[in-house]
Amino acid sequence: MKSNKSPEEYLKEHADEARAAVTALKNSSNPVIYVGAATCGRAAGALETIAGFETALEENGITAEIRKVGCLGHCYAEPLVIIQNPGFPPLLYQKIGAGEAGILVRSFLKDGSDPCYEYLIGALEADENFPTLMDYPRYLYEKRVVMAHCGLIDPAEIDHYLAVGGYESLASGLKKGSEWVLEEVKSANLRGRGGAGFPAGRKWEIARQVEAEEKLLICNGDEGDPGAYMDRTLLESNPHQVLEGLALAALAVGAEKALLYIRAEYPLAVKVMESAISQAESKNLLGANILGSDFSLAVSVFQGSGAFVCGEETALIESLSGRRGMPKLRPPYPAVSGFAGRPTIINNVKTLSTVPSIIKNGAAWFLDIGTPDSPGTAIFSVVGEVEYPGLVEVPMGVTLEHLVVDVCGGIKNGKELKAVQIGGPSGGCLPASLMDTIIDFDSLRSVGAMMGSGGLVVMNEDTCMVEVARYFTDFTQGESCGKCTFCRIGTRHLREILHSITIGEGLPGDINDLTEISEAVVAGSLCSLGKTAPNPVLTTLRFFRDEYVAHVEGKCCPARMCRTLTAFYIDLEACARGCDACVACCPTESIFTTSNRKKAIDQEKCVKCGECVYACPPEYDAVRRVSPPELIPDQGVEPLPENEKEESEA
Amino acid sequence: MSDKLVTITVDDKEISAPAGSYLLPVCLENDIYIPNLCYLEGMETPPASCRLCLVEIEGRPGPQVSCRCLIEDGMVVKTNSEEILKLRQIAFRLLVSTNDGSCKSCISNRSCELQQIAKFLHQPLRTKRLRHIDRAYPPLIDDHPYLVYEPKKCLLCGRCVYVCNNIEKGYKLSFAQRGMDTIVSFFGSDLDPASAFCKECFACTEVCPVGSLSSKEKWKAFVDGLK
Repeated sequence: MKSNKSPEEYLKEHADEARAAVTALKNSSNPVIYVGAATCGRAAGALETIAGFETALEENGITAEIRKVGCLGHCYAEPLVIIQNPGFPPLLYQKIGAGEAGILVRSFLKDGSDPCYEYLIGALEADENFPTLMDYPRYLYEKRVVMAHCGLIDPAEIDHYLAVGGYESLASGLKKGSEWVLEEVKSANLRGRGGAGFPAGRKWEIARQVEAEEKLLICNGDEGDPGAYMDRTLLESNPHQVLEGLALAALAVGAEKALLYIRAEYPLAVKVMESAISQAESKNLLGANILGSDFSLAVSVFQGSGAFVCGEETALIESLSGRRGMPKLRPPYPAVSGFAGRPTIINNVKTLSTVPSIIKNGAAWFLDIGTPDSPGTAIFSVVGEVEYPGLVEVPMGVTLEHLVVDVCGGIKNGKELKAVQIGGPSGGCLPASLMDTIIDFDSLRSVGAMMGSGGLVVMNEDTCMVEVARYFTDFTQGESCGKCTFCRIGTRHLREILHSITIGEGLPGDINDLTEISEAVVAGSLCSLGKTAPNPVLTTLRFFRDEYVAHVEGKCCPARMCRTLTAFYIDLEACARGCDACVACCPTESIFTTSNRKKAIDQEKCVKCGECVYACPPEYDAVRRVSPPELIPDQGVEPLPENEKEESEA
Repeated sequence: MSDKLVTITVDDKEISAPAGSYLLPVCLENDIYIPNLCYLEGMETPPASCRLCLVEIEGRPGPQVSCRCLIEDGMVVKTNSEEILKLRQIAFRLLVSTNDGSCKSCISNRSCELQQIAKFLHQPLRTKRLRHIDRAYPPLIDDHPYLVYEPKKCLLCGRCVYVCNNIEKGYKLSFAQRGMDTIVSFFGSDLDPASAFCKECFACTEVCPVGSLSSKEKWKAFVDGLK
């Protein structure tokens, strides 16, 4: 069915309709309330916020529309709400619970006088009465390409994507042909955002050149790194961008079938994507003869069962085939022989989400962003001890310091930066001295870390690097598929040794064993899960060897984090007479009153939970931690005699 | 595989073999022993999971598994470089660090491939270099109508799973669990032999390198003999 109209003309009809609908919403005479209700927003209480708005609107007799949008990436400020009130620019508010929703309705929407500056972040558009988002470093330094529309458009409505120019890249790709799409992505040097950084265009070309009856395109949404949620956010916040990238990739490869492999732990992402697929099909943007061309693409969603290793291409294909998710030795590469022996291209959500912007703006535009070898932007989920954690999109080539300090506000509570763990559980820990490292695929690899899928954990001086290595090794060894010897048993030994060290049972040969086993696991493992699993151990050994030595030889945890090697005591000089803030918080009743009516800790009973550190009022700050425990000074503590106790209580 | 012969050099010895053969069987046929556990003759795509058959190939980065390496004319292979020997020893130590039980009371004593590899590598069957790791399974799983499985002996080589699924098309044996808890598992129960759908071919027990999987009958006879 070949039509006379060009794909672009077909699309224009849809786009005009969509623009009209969205403009009507933007110019609505009633207020419109956009609530960030992706999974992260919901976890922060966005659904309660919506209920709060509904109740307040009804009580005050105000007609307003409430729209659920995706995630802006500003986790520290959730639940986030944008209010479009006629006469005002759209305003972004932070930490809006049900109570704040009520206040906003009464003060801002009903009276129209008070825009509630106390909850305001800023205006989305320049305005003389309000600070704008660009006044904040977090917004100013970011370069939003892939996340440009996240949190601003309604993911449940294809019109919102069409109105911002959605599917235009697909239409022009269909017009200019599959080869042009491939060449454009190849010259843009778009490298796979799933971790390894293999050029997407070259991968497509391999599959394109294989003669096969059927080819398959898979979007890898099996995001499993602890603390990483970039893919989920993109799927939930801008599903059509993923679909458009998927369709362009399928066009370039010559695939007529595509799958979204999304883990079942992302129910909202699955729901959003399924609805997006059917909407796109209804507008002939997916399905048979897309936009009147002779290119057809059937897209469906497959739910993964939550094994970390299924993010690995060959294991993902095994899992799709109904078998146990275990990696296979490559070659053959899936691009040549993958699912059911067919050429199969697997691209990460972020990679595919980047494709439409490359096609729209051209390869030269993309090459202008980032570094020559790693063009484009990088999305990180920055978590840990930073002031403004969340999803951050920055151009490749900025330094770690810029990302952590300038964009994310630096370390919380006036503490010092000690290390960042970058690249997920198989990434590496880099010390503060390497914060001038440039963020791109090759620079990170050269210092022992990796881009990974974009997890970044920021740690302060209270973090024990041996414990960090133990934590990540515990994760990877538990997620090992058990197939090959080095990964299955080697990572377990690493964990056992690290555990022994953190509880003060490290042996003199342990540090050497850690190095030897780690190097063997890297060299000998079958798949990249095993080959990269020892990275946290190797990098912490390289940059924080002193801490290992202190644990093994001195039975001391320099960060005073490992419980067995640490003890708490109360500095009697600093402790305030009569204050008993710490007493109530202690779960084991180990805090008692001394003869001079201050507090002390019974070491026999103390479980070292650290609650008293937080309970002690900052003006006293009297709880001290020492490692090894023998360092507790003798302050001559005597418990308060029984007879005086009653007196004081009376 | 084709009829065309190619010549390769393994540890300074020249070998001719059909192009497209895997390196491991070519070496084994030519009396160059390379330790291996998961490989079985005739496998179309060996799983390359035991990682014992690693060798060095000139011009290729890092150690390569010989069971999945197709030979090419002029290939130069080293099976005994220092790095390879070290890796093999570590792989072997890792394997034995999780094994339980004594050889004396084992059904595969003297016919055990692990014993042969230990001899070849000059490594003890109980390593002092590593901590012992106890696997969280009972010593014996015998709820299968025809098989007994001693999980603490199992090296997870996967030969049994391979023959059951790829040769006998029984589709009954499979891996279960993850990480160190991985074991070979099967459906069906002792109480209802029909539920197991096992063909009683016992191919799985024949390929087990260490006697972790045995036919119930043979195992009973062996245990009775020990008394």
